[in-house]
Amino acid sequence: MSMPFYVSPEQLMKDRADYARKGIARGRSVVVLQYEDGIAFATENPSRALHKISEIYDRIAFAAVGKYNEFENLRVAGVRYADLRGYSYDRKDVNARGLANAYAQTLGTVFTTESKPLEVELVVAEVGDSPAGDQIYRLSYDGSVADEHGYGHVVMGGQAERLGTVLAEEWRAGMSLPEVLSVAVRVLGSAGEGEQGEPRAIAASQLEVAVLDRTRPRRAFRRLTSSLLEELLAVAPPPA
Amino acid sequence: MDHAASPGRLPGAFMTPGSSSFVDFLQGHAPTLLPGMRDLTGGEAPATPHGTTIVALAFDRGVVMAGDRRATMGSMIAHREIEKVFPADEFSAVGIAGTAGLAVELVRLFQLELEHYEKIEGTLLSLDGKANRLSTMIRGNLGLAMQGLAVVPLFAGYDLDRGVGRIFSYDVTGGRYEERDHHSVGSGSVFARGSLKKLWRPGLEATAAVRVAVGALVDAADDDSATGGPDESRRIFPVVASVTAAGYVRVPQDELGRIVEDVLDERRAEHRRDRRETGGIDR
Repeated sequence: MSMPFYVSPEQLMKDRADYARKGIARGRSVVVLQYEDGIAFATENPSRALHKISEIYDRIAFAAVGKYNEFENLRVAGVRYADLRGYSYDRKDVNARGLANAYAQTLGTVFTTESKPLEVELVVAEVGDSPAGDQIYRLSYDGSVADEHGYGHVVMGGQAERLGTVLAEEWRAGMSLPEVLSVAVRVLGSAGEGEQGEPRAIAASQLEVAVLDRTRPRRAFRRLTSSLLEELLAVAPPPA
Repeated sequence: MDHAASPGRLPGAFMTPGSSSFVDFLQGHAPTLLPGMRDLTGGEAPATPHGTTIVALAFDRGVVMAGDRRATMGSMIAHREIEKVFPADEFSAVGIAGTAGLAVELVRLFQLELEHYEKIEGTLLSLDGKANRLSTMIRGNLGLAMQGLAVVPLFAGYDLDRGVGRIFSYDVTGGRYEERDHHSVGSGSVFARGSLKKLWRPGLEATAAVRVAVGALVDAADDDSATGGPDESRRIFPVVASVTAAGYVRVPQDELGRIVEDVLDERRAEHRRDRRETGGIDR
């Protein structure tokens, strides 16, 4: 009988993390931005049916990058989690924090106990009555959670670091919806094809955009279709 | 995917691909939470509040549904402002007659079922799909219905594919029947149906349709003790909602107040005329 290989835990975790990061880096980025009336989500996604941004519950939305089948599975689990909780208690008792914790546990357990980590990165966001009440949680493949509230903007995906720098320069608190959307489109377009590509202009038809609009009565989630998006982008002021 | 092995993690049932139905998910994961799944011993059902008359009618752009506000327990009025008409989702409404507690729970689950499907699939169920789903859920309550705790809903919605309003009625076994033009369920429905037959005409516009619905409820309350009429002193009016291509809209209280006053004024005027013509004392 041959001796089993010894691999140090550090090496094992590092390999898994590298593997997950590589998988995530292949996908296109998602940006999440707070604006005065809610939270906007945008990504470059030519598909009309396979969404990266979805509604989870009345005031909660989900955005993901990485491997579609894996985050789709997590999304469905989140909808079931939220609906079951709302049905057993009350709709008010469903919140983003609880969901983020459940996701974190799931991602963490898969990362440490299963042979392959999930190649996904998620954002779970909830709109409150005012921008101060908004909650944005970012979850990584290893189950780590970051409370992004206070920054007001998040980028996930392939070129997250580069896009994050661009976004941090352009975003400021209290922007209107057309303003944050034009920021989002410029940020997404600044990731050219390839590592050092030129900035591109992304057409509205190539974008998937949704908002959690705090002014809507019950279900705050709304998708912005390309015709509506074009109108919104047309009224946006040019970059300062 | 062993739940017990890693507490805190989302249970395996949550992560299993497949069903877009919340009811199916509950059946597998937490069947005790489903209404109608409880074991009950035989015997007579205890007295519980009952909801009564619901009317629905089609008009030129959709459907109107209305329900009175009374819940009765035997000969007693159990509640004066119960709501029996609810939005099922954006493009449909459900009204309930029968055992109030079970009916309200059924509506809650039905609303959730439609919303759950919408979120998972990213698209709405067809109106027929919604109607069939409700059928299955009523059938699940058959055991309780046999003991006297029946729930009989009325379902109406705007069919986005065909561009018309449609009305569905049900029996306690979950039988689904599509109704033409108008329908009513509940103890006052005999009188409401007669009223609808006389007041309804094709191509009604929205406000006129609301008037017809209120009129039918007034007629039902007139002859059925379990149906409450508009309560003018407390200003409790029926719940009236319309469903059109623009979605479910509940008629606002002040607008409804005016329509109710109008209908009642008209009835009073007719009554006075009637008394004058027959040489009564009310000159």
